[in-house]
Amino acid sequence: MSINVARPKLTWSERLYLPAIAAGMAITLRHFKNMLFRRTKVTMEYPEEKWDSQLPEHYRGAPALVKDESGRIRCVACQLCEFICPPRAIKIEPGEIPAQDRFSKVEKYPREFDIDMIRCIFCGMCEEVCPEQAIFLRKDYAITGLTRAEMVHDKEKLLEIGGVMHGVVLKWNEKK
Amino acid sequence: MSDPAPLVNVQIDGVWHQFPKGTRVIEACAQVGAYVPRYCYHPKLSSPGNCRMCLIEMGLPRMGPDRKFELGADGKPVINWMPRPQICCAQDVAEGMGVRTSSPVVEECRRGVMEFLLINHPLDCPICDQAGECLLQEFSIEYGRADSRFLENKVKKPKRVRLGSRVTLDDERCILCSRCIRFCQEIAKDDVLGFTERGGHTILTAHPDRPLENNYSLNTVDICPVGALTSSDFRFEMRVWFLKETKSICTSCATGCNTIIGSREDVIYRQTPRENVAVNSVWMCDYGRLNFEYLTSPERLLEPEVFGGEKLQPADWKTVISHTALQLRHFTGWDIAIIASGRMTNEELWLTACLARHLNVSLIDIVPRKGEGDDILLSQDRNPNTNGAKLILGLQNKPGANLEAVASGVAEGRIKSLVALGEDPTAFGIPVEQLKKLPSFIVINISRSSSTAHATAVLPSAAYAEKRGSMINGRGRLQRLNRAVRPPGQARQDWEILRDLLQELGGTNSLGSIEDVFREMAESIPQFAGLSLSKIGDLGVKIMAGPEDSTTPVPPGEPVDEEIFERPTLHASK
Repeated sequence: MSINVARPKLTWSERLYLPAIAAGMAITLRHFKNMLFRRTKVTMEYPEEKWDSQLPEHYRGAPALVKDESGRIRCVACQLCEFICPPRAIKIEPGEIPAQDRFSKVEKYPREFDIDMIRCIFCGMCEEVCPEQAIFLRKDYAITGLTRAEMVHDKEKLLEIGGVMHGVVLKWNEKK
Repeated sequence: MSDPAPLVNVQIDGVWHQFPKGTRVIEACAQVGAYVPRYCYHPKLSSPGNCRMCLIEMGLPRMGPDRKFELGADGKPVINWMPRPQICCAQDVAEGMGVRTSSPVVEECRRGVMEFLLINHPLDCPICDQAGECLLQEFSIEYGRADSRFLENKVKKPKRVRLGSRVTLDDERCILCSRCIRFCQEIAKDDVLGFTERGGHTILTAHPDRPLENNYSLNTVDICPVGALTSSDFRFEMRVWFLKETKSICTSCATGCNTIIGSREDVIYRQTPRENVAVNSVWMCDYGRLNFEYLTSPERLLEPEVFGGEKLQPADWKTVISHTALQLRHFTGWDIAIIASGRMTNEELWLTACLARHLNVSLIDIVPRKGEGDDILLSQDRNPNTNGAKLILGLQNKPGANLEAVASGVAEGRIKSLVALGEDPTAFGIPVEQLKKLPSFIVINISRSSSTAHATAVLPSAAYAEKRGSMINGRGRLQRLNRAVRPPGQARQDWEILRDLLQELGGTNSLGSIEDVFREMAESIPQFAGLSLSKIGDLGVKIMAGPEDSTTPVPPGEPVDEEIFERPTLHASK
């Protein structure tokens, strides 16, 4: 079945086309003039110039592990991010916190935590699934390396990117 | 067999069904698709009815003055519903009984019970090993509240308590269902667990002088509906949702308990029992359950090696197989002895028997392996397939009767070639010095032993979880192994090695798959006739009566199965 679309009825001046061409040329000329006198600039000279300050609040950069105010790695190695990660970039090796440790109540921590940044697609599922508010996508976007091994962020690197997170729920604190 | 129990009529959610007398109401409901949530009830244990999760509405038929049921318009008994909900785990079905499993009252009861159970329960699912297979998680999806109304301080209880060397307890997670206590009393016969303190402070503890050390302690971890009891071995190792579950059997003794192997990316993390009333009920011993560490031992043989004049040198499979065949071809059958193993599958034993026939070898035996047994599940015979070896290799005497002859033959130099399949000859009295002198000493094994270095050919093979095949347990049941992980390095499945060796020696056939091996075996051995690997099924088939001296116990609380598989007779038997 065909659908007939009614063509718009053009006025006489529209059918002539010339006024439209003239209007278009005027816009082009305006841009040309502005460029000539350096009033507008359309190219950012990356990497000398960066747009870090203009990144929006919801920007999704490299995933990173955070510590809380008391200095505890918030991750408890529940491996939900490893499970949800669509490109399977995350690899966690859980460990047990010894009984005499300051944070022994938490019992479990990640002994190893690797994110393969070649695989990571910055989807943010890990942040969304995390029940401990331990992994966040930060604003780092320039992840480079010369070898594949360099592109794997280990626990130290992830904590370095992540830093300390303030204002998160402290559910493991000893309540009295 | 006694006569089947008479049937009674029960109305469940408005529909009349029939059940044998003696069926628990909770089981009856589950059978007709009305699963009732439960924590303390376990089908293989007694019912104390203390978790109150299985509350349902129940009614009995109204009786007239003549003690007869009053019938309604539909000709069925009129049910007098009890005013208060009842637990259905400790109640047997009765004639004319009515049950409602999803009425508003029942739903409200479950919500109430869940709220009470969760009052002191910690919110530590992210670190809890039970997460993913936790009944508390499952039922709180359906009947739990999103928020807690409990404003008071939660009760603090001991955490990280070692009940025994293999079981770790978290008392805060415990919902006091007492399944573990009843298991220790009724099945393990080692009554060491109990509740102490009162009210909300009740805790589960082991007797101060008697830790939970019996060989069945890890079954308490399996039956714990929450994460209170966890396996110290599996603790924090891997989340359960990553585990690939492979149905297999335990090969640590002749019982052959049915198991589920939990593995991820070629690493085994745990083994759990799988229900089979004819073999292991729903239990399994700790010894067998934890006996998988050797699969990742650094002593595993990873590549085939062949003696190159001075020492063993790694080579590719083709070279090693042809060198091995060359060594064997050098001798007549009288010069060769084959030591097979009671740990080999039927298919491997069959190919070994073929090899022996092809080479005219008559000196062949397996190495018996004895240990202490018990009357629950553990057999004294620690070889999982002694019956298969006796049947397929045609051993007339007790297993191990020929070993002395082999040892003396090697000592006197009569035996020039020794083939050791999965066994270490030093274990039955052939000293290393004599093995060194052997012109040909062929080792097919999974890991290195003291004698491996003196072999003239080393063929690395696969362990029980790395291959498929079948075994016959101590009571004559044919069961199936399945592959959970891949063999390490270049190791291959034993039947493939033996098949290639046979082919190289000029044996005839081309066996493409393990099914072909079974088919060939079933054509020659009547006990396997009419069966195939797929027909064995997940629960196995009893193909012969267990031997008189079998030390494999009948699983606790289960009827003895004496029915032997009746195969459709293709040939007229005289």
